[in-house]
Amino acid sequence: MTTETAIAETPRIKRDGFFGQAANYLDERTSISGVVKEFGRKIFPDHWSFLLGEVALYSFIVILLTGTFLTFFFQASMAEVVYNGAWVPLKGIQMSAALDSTLHISFDIRGGLLMRQIHHWAALLFVASIGLHMLRIFFTGAFRKPRELNWVIGFTLFVLAMAEGFTGYSLPDDLLSGNGLRIISGMIEGIPLVGTWINFLLFGGAYPGTAIVGRLYTLHILLLPAFVLAFIALHLVFVVVHKHTQFAGAGRTQQNVVGYPILPVYAGKAGGFFFIVFGVIVLMASLFTINPVWEYGPYDPSPISAGTQPDWYIGFADGMLRLMPPHLETYWFHRTWSWFIIIPLVILVVFIVLVAIYPFIEAWVTGDKREHHILDRPRNAATRTAIGAAGVTFYAAMWAAASGDLIATHFKFSIEGVTHTIQTALIVGPIIAYFVTKRVCIALQKKDRAIALHGYESGRIVRLPGGEFIEVHQPVDEYQRWELVSNEGYAPLVVRPDSRGRITAGTRFRAAMSRWFFEDRLAPLTQTEIEAAQHHGHGDAPAVEGGSH
Amino acid sequence: MAKLNQPTTSGRSTSRKRKTGRRSPLATFALIAIGLGLTGGVYAAANATPSASADTASSTQQQVSDGEHLFQANCASCHGMNAVGTAAAPSLIGVGAAAVDFQVGTGRMPMAMDGPQAEEKTPQFTDAQTKELAAYVASLAPGPAIPDAQYLTGNTDAAAGAQLFRINCAMCHNVAGAGGALTEGKFAPPLKGVTPAHIYEAMLTGPQNMPVFNDRNITPEQKSDIISYLTYLEKNPSPGGFALGDLGPVAEGLFLWIFGLGSIVGLAVWITAKSN
Amino acid sequence: MAQDDSGSSELAETSSTAVEHPVEDHRLGDPGTAIVVADAPVNPGFPAHRPRLTDTDPKQNRRAERTVFTLFYLSIAGSVWAIAAYLAFPIESGNLADVRTSTLFIGLGMVLALLGIGIGAVHWAKQLMNDHEGIDIRHGVAGSEETRERAIEIFEEANEESGFGRRTLIRNSLIGALVAFPLPAVVLFRGLAPQNVDPIKELKHTMWAKGTRLTKDPTGLPILASDVTIGSVFHVIPDGLNDREDALEQKATAAVLLMRLRPEDLHVSPARKDWNYHGIVAYSKICTHVGCPVALYEQQTHHLLCPCHQSQFDITHEARVIFGPAGRPLPQLPITVDDQGYLVAQSDFHEPVGPSFWERNS
Repeated sequence: MTTETAIAETPRIKRDGFFGQAANYLDERTSISGVVKEFGRKIFPDHWSFLLGEVALYSFIVILLTGTFLTFFFQASMAEVVYNGAWVPLKGIQMSAALDSTLHISFDIRGGLLMRQIHHWAALLFVASIGLHMLRIFFTGAFRKPRELNWVIGFTLFVLAMAEGFTGYSLPDDLLSGNGLRIISGMIEGIPLVGTWINFLLFGGAYPGTAIVGRLYTLHILLLPAFVLAFIALHLVFVVVHKHTQFAGAGRTQQNVVGYPILPVYAGKAGGFFFIVFGVIVLMASLFTINPVWEYGPYDPSPISAGTQPDWYIGFADGMLRLMPPHLETYWFHRTWSWFIIIPLVILVVFIVLVAIYPFIEAWVTGDKREHHILDRPRNAATRTAIGAAGVTFYAAMWAAASGDLIATHFKFSIEGVTHTIQTALIVGPIIAYFVTKRVCIALQKKDRAIALHGYESGRIVRLPGGEFIEVHQPVDEYQRWELVSNEGYAPLVVRPDSRGRITAGTRFRAAMSRWFFEDRLAPLTQTEIEAAQHHGHGDAPAVEGGSH
Repeated sequence: MAKLNQPTTSGRSTSRKRKTGRRSPLATFALIAIGLGLTGGVYAAANATPSASADTASSTQQQVSDGEHLFQANCASCHGMNAVGTAAAPSLIGVGAAAVDFQVGTGRMPMAMDGPQAEEKTPQFTDAQTKELAAYVASLAPGPAIPDAQYLTGNTDAAAGAQLFRINCAMCHNVAGAGGALTEGKFAPPLKGVTPAHIYEAMLTGPQNMPVFNDRNITPEQKSDIISYLTYLEKNPSPGGFALGDLGPVAEGLFLWIFGLGSIVGLAVWITAKSN
Repeated sequence: MAQDDSGSSELAETSSTAVEHPVEDHRLGDPGTAIVVADAPVNPGFPAHRPRLTDTDPKQNRRAERTVFTLFYLSIAGSVWAIAAYLAFPIESGNLADVRTSTLFIGLGMVLALLGIGIGAVHWAKQLMNDHEGIDIRHGVAGSEETRERAIEIFEEANEESGFGRRTLIRNSLIGALVAFPLPAVVLFRGLAPQNVDPIKELKHTMWAKGTRLTKDPTGLPILASDVTIGSVFHVIPDGLNDREDALEQKATAAVLLMRLRPEDLHVSPARKDWNYHGIVAYSKICTHVGCPVALYEQQTHHLLCPCHQSQFDITHEARVIFGPAGRPLPQLPITVDDQGYLVAQSDFHEPVGPSFWERNS
């Protein structure tokens, strides 16, 4: 298939130089040459969207670096102290040591505020890049066999990242985060049966207590990072085991990976990208304030600020709470049923679980047990793309609801109007998004097919001898055509009796799902069709094709 | 010298009965009568406050009569001749010079159109004319006066002010004074660029749906502290850099997605693009 | 990683179309409902390699080289700048403008240092490093048939040698022991909260009691009924709260909002006839939704708005919910005046304040 070339001919390392001796020393004690041989020339395909996961990884490294710096100064204690620092509007005010030390880091340690802001911006970027990475995986079908488990691992990382973010957001014990904790506490209390006790144990007694910051700190810097690191390691091991997916392209098959070797090109690009991501984060941190805790002041259960919101990644949950209609509480069997908590929690859990198990659902519907290493173009998996668009719309509605008050003030709407609109959008939006996306995808498939068979519309109008006007079509070359036609399709499942002559409910359900997925479809093109179209075009003027398709 | 704490402002009829339009004049009169009876009877003694004392003394007879002319030409169509109120707008008897100075001085009055609330705009009257109007309204009945300059210096205890601000103001105006949403399209305006006198007057008179913070609730010294806090915020831009409107996590999240992630994706496209 | 084809990465030759013939899709496994077309379109193989300007034009090549090392030198300059900025802009004066300057200049130095390395390295990789794409061959993720056979065999041997399947008593008792051994660790976590406190009882009471004066937050000064004029709102805490060791915990349940309305605007139910004092009403400030302070009082509409989730309560109708996710009205604190004219509580709240909880029975 390929010809033996480069590696065999690359000059061997000189064994007598200093580096040669050092390498030899190391290898004789670690067997490191095996690792280099194994990974040194491993191929990674090149596409911008394949770098999104790296953004997440790199921002996590930035978080670890700056976070470690912050731990040297931060005091995770709720002991009351009197502030006496540079921010005049808090001078002489009682606050917890946590906030006091946060202000100390910000105003009394050179570069401390910069580190805080890098840490926080990197945290926002960490979760955002995971989200975008997941969207890329979803819409290109990269979660298909053999990568289903890696999707679940990545999904777990997303949840862990949100937990990391929320625990960190709460540590300074300022007014904004304190009210965030109050909301969490209120939500937990509303959980049937166990809520009261979980809340009591979490806060170590009555809310807010004096324990929570210390406990969140343990989670934030010990437990959760350990889990994140472990899952990242696992995630990357699987990336190596599976090798990276690639988009369809000339010469690319299910059996190969085409791209650049780790050494040197990929190391240059990916290594350089780490510094670029780091640089962009530091640029944001040096120019833009984030989380000005000095403005929020110490937590106190009585005051609150207008526009109290969580960081963006918790917004969807907060928004779901906001969208509940009034009076959803009942008193049954001498117990209080807080539906305004239970319903949002159930919706969120169902949504999240559906995201987590989607690869298994699709695998079950298609029944496809083959490995998939060539990515789908989103348009070629119309139903999946439409489902994704519906999910994104649903998430976006919840997310928008979390900033309903700001939308109202900035666009001069009423809060009530915004809330009612988003309530409608939450239900209608995904449905519209589903159908529109599906139709758009199928239309794009048809366009691709037309281009593959008949070429591009060149915009050049020609009058034929008979008086007819036609547009000249410019044919695509065979490499471009391959990208347009190399997709495969699925047919809806036909219900057939099993070996015992029965049709089970499961089969019927699967067939229904399969029809839903694949009813509207274009059958994949065949080589014969392509060749026929080409011959048809080769007649008179080169690649002239009447617009009759 | 009693200060009568009448519900002061024009926003009442518009916001409460926005949809149906107008309150019957009778109701307005009844409310005034009841309000006067209550407040006058119960609080006459208790509410004698320094801010009300300078009421008519500082304004000349000339100002009052000039103010009356201005009033009849510009305000009487809604507030009625002699400021007793009409179906369109409340009575101004007893609202005091502070309320007039705030409403007219910030351009909220005369009202441009019937919205959820009277909005700030370029004042229609000069400072002198505003003072004349205020003097006229103050001459009708005692009410909160324009605050003394000693409370408006902006260099008193900002820490005490910040604490009071968090407890009494931040829930509507946001901890950094960036403003916030109220019900039915109303909003608490941002406090950046508002003069100390207007802030003081707003606290004292409770314009539109803002509650009244009388001098027994927040003393003049405390009001002065609150002004000092806001002055401090204006004089000290955020040490962390551009503040993104002081709108908190939503602005930060939006910025991160659009500019942060946007530029990183742009760079990723560059990294993986084929070089020519 | 036995399936990894170590060392088989090969760089395609400059002009080669490495795949001369379409590779048959010989993936293992059932294709399910996938349409497997016998006459599938043919993969045309790799296009010819297109050399870069830097490959063909030595001048461009030298220019790219210059750009890369200039960027690396710039990065060094950035690091030096950041250190210089650290030293040059002290913040110890307590002036916040200094903090701003220090943050900005240290930061920008670091940005230069980081982007210099990053952009330089990428430029190097893109323009100067060999840009021939390589190919790795994939193998099925599953181990080879032989490996799998052997793995099964090992398990069978281990089972045979240990008797794990055979000696059921040993096996089952071991499973039981393994299930039981983490339980003490779970029980230990009961210690997260104090032992002899019943959270349910705690949630049902606040600091308010008969005769407790209403005082201003944060000063703790008592409030005369006559202080509360129409349109006013007072943020209230119980007398003596500031002196308590657990002030924040008490405040989290006892915070109250005090408002005066015209008595005729209040729609008072018979049971609460005496709970207001001449139109002065006190309501819990803790939202019945999830506990944010419901502190936005509109003095003309008499609506209370929670800034967290936009629940709205109508004070004229005993704080009933008129909008937003809250489930029930804010609890009302019955108040009156003492013999000195100060506002006092008649009793504690008659129902638990704050968010709902499972055991809340009212």
